[in-house]
Amino acid sequence: MRQGEISLVGLLALFSLYLMWKSTELPIGYIRGQGPGGGFWPFWLALGMLLSCLASAWNWWRGLSPASRSDEPLMDAFGWRTLLYVGGSVVVFVALISIVSMYGAVAAFLFYYLRFLGRHSWFLTLTISILLPIGLFFFFEAVMLISMPQGMSFTQPFFDLMYDIIY
Amino acid sequence: MEVISFLADGILLALEPVNFALIIIGVTVGLFIGAMPGLGSVNGVAILLPITFLVPPNSAIIFLAAIYYGAMYGGAISSVTLGIPGASTAVATTFDGRPLALQGRASLALVTAALASFVGGTVANVLFTLFAPVLASTALSFGPPEIFALMLLAFATFVGLGGDDIPKTVFSICLGLVLAAVGFDTISGEPRLVLFEIDGFMRGIGFIVLAIGVYGIGEMLWTIEQTRGEVTTTNPKMTVKGMASDAKEAMQRGWKGTWIGSLIGFFVGILPAAGATPGSLMSYGVAKMLSKTPEEYGNGSPDGVAAPEAANNSASTGSMLPMLTLGIPGSPTTAILLGGMVIWGLTPGPRLFLDETEFVWGLIGSFYISNIAALVINLAFIPLFVWMLRMPFTILAPLIFVLSIIGGFAASRSMHDLWLIVIFGMAAFFLRKFDYPLAPAVLAIVLGPIAEPTLRQSLLLSSGDPMIFFNRPIAGPITIIAIILILLPGIKLLRRKRAMAKN
Repeated sequence: MRQGEISLVGLLALFSLYLMWKSTELPIGYIRGQGPGGGFWPFWLALGMLLSCLASAWNWWRGLSPASRSDEPLMDAFGWRTLLYVGGSVVVFVALISIVSMYGAVAAFLFYYLRFLGRHSWFLTLTISILLPIGLFFFFEAVMLISMPQGMSFTQPFFDLMYDIIY
Repeated sequence: MEVISFLADGILLALEPVNFALIIIGVTVGLFIGAMPGLGSVNGVAILLPITFLVPPNSAIIFLAAIYYGAMYGGAISSVTLGIPGASTAVATTFDGRPLALQGRASLALVTAALASFVGGTVANVLFTLFAPVLASTALSFGPPEIFALMLLAFATFVGLGGDDIPKTVFSICLGLVLAAVGFDTISGEPRLVLFEIDGFMRGIGFIVLAIGVYGIGEMLWTIEQTRGEVTTTNPKMTVKGMASDAKEAMQRGWKGTWIGSLIGFFVGILPAAGATPGSLMSYGVAKMLSKTPEEYGNGSPDGVAAPEAANNSASTGSMLPMLTLGIPGSPTTAILLGGMVIWGLTPGPRLFLDETEFVWGLIGSFYISNIAALVINLAFIPLFVWMLRMPFTILAPLIFVLSIIGGFAASRSMHDLWLIVIFGMAAFFLRKFDYPLAPAVLAIVLGPIAEPTLRQSLLLSSGDPMIFFNRPIAGPITIIAIILILLPGIKLLRRKRAMAKN
């Protein structure tokens, strides 16, 4: 944890410097007749971020934060596995949206999570994975009139069928 | 007496069968829209605006106002049950509503939210009825320096919200404000902070993207990792007797926050461009500051649920005031209502009270009826919302992920934003590991678009002299209070150190 905290502070300090540099693409000072330039607000705030990082580093050096006094690892094997299986599945879920449509990706994600991570029965898994995306389709497309991504062209027959039901 | 007579006529108009039916439908629809992560009153009112052209303007505005009311009640539901604020106005409700749910007391949190919302709405309705013209002119005297001073006060309360690690809290606030500045400079119109030259950033980063990332994805990953997948803390039991006992407890332990929220919410709500979000946040901060047990805040204090919930309902009524009397919307939702009024052939402004008496008082009358309807409908649905928490966590967790992603897309309609939600979620998970408070960042991204232009306009007015925030009669005291609040944790720390050195 101790090493992790100072590494994170370092990363955040670098990000603050990047934001300060990006802010200077617009004027960061006062322009007579126009007021503060477009970069003024983000530049000084990013400087505030950098100073906060320096203060956090100072606290770390003096051992004031709980993480700076801890010799435990950032996460054990279970933690990393969780991040991989759960966090990774969310990444795949979002990636699938452009391929199999939002509703297809919802169905696939629910199927994976309920069956393989939740170890629920086939009946419950299939019921939720099929009925929820259909319910969401009617809520968003028919009631709220919000169109979700339809993925690649092979999903079109499904959408044609569903739109025939709505309209 | 004249006011009472007008109000009685307005209430009778709201109770006409068609209008009453529209209130019931509007409140119910609003409740469910407000409960969906990513969708708030602004979505509900915008989407259903075209439907209102089928009915007369009186009924139309009553319907839309009922949706607005319902959504304000509904925002608390996802904050408590899912831990994701349904809308920016319900962010502060998450702080104590979620811990209560995790302690198996979701019913108490939801009942407290419903009762506080009712009181907030009622207080605002009475103030609205009595002081409409006077309050409107007071709010109009708020210029950019006064509004920026109010924002500064809101940020000062963040420092108090963030716990003991002040540098991490300040980092979180600054990060939220910088993220709010991504996109275009609204004054010069030039692209600004287009990070890593990715075009998607030109659209800016919406509040909901960060909120869903932090509270949807990040919070779930954190919960699963911390509990090792064995979440057993949410097993609420719902009975009528239990709800009555919760209502009694809510009144005993949430009354202070309710009154603070009701009053602050209304006065912040009537300020143009402020609205319910700063109102609910400031109410939470003030309630915590005035509390004898501030350490309970963030750990499941009913007062911590009551203050923001009373405030957001109170502010939503308050924000109608400048819309009706001056033609200035107090919030994004009232901006859409204003657009509707123009389409219906009405001219918002001071003459509206004289020329369209029936319309104005019918609307005010409907506030009272909608408030009662929202309380009853909300309480009736609480068992359904609490039932959601009894689901096994391995079913609830993927549902929350799905609602976060689909709600995030519904709010922004952009794949770029969906990827940002995932990145923010992962970043939030790691930042939380090292005790970075994330609520201040979410609240800062909401207030950033108000704070920056008011600061720049103020400095332009004063030719760059920051004393403009100190030498104006309203802005000055607010700024000084904000500075004292910012310095307070540092002063406390110094005193603690001195006391330790003495001992």
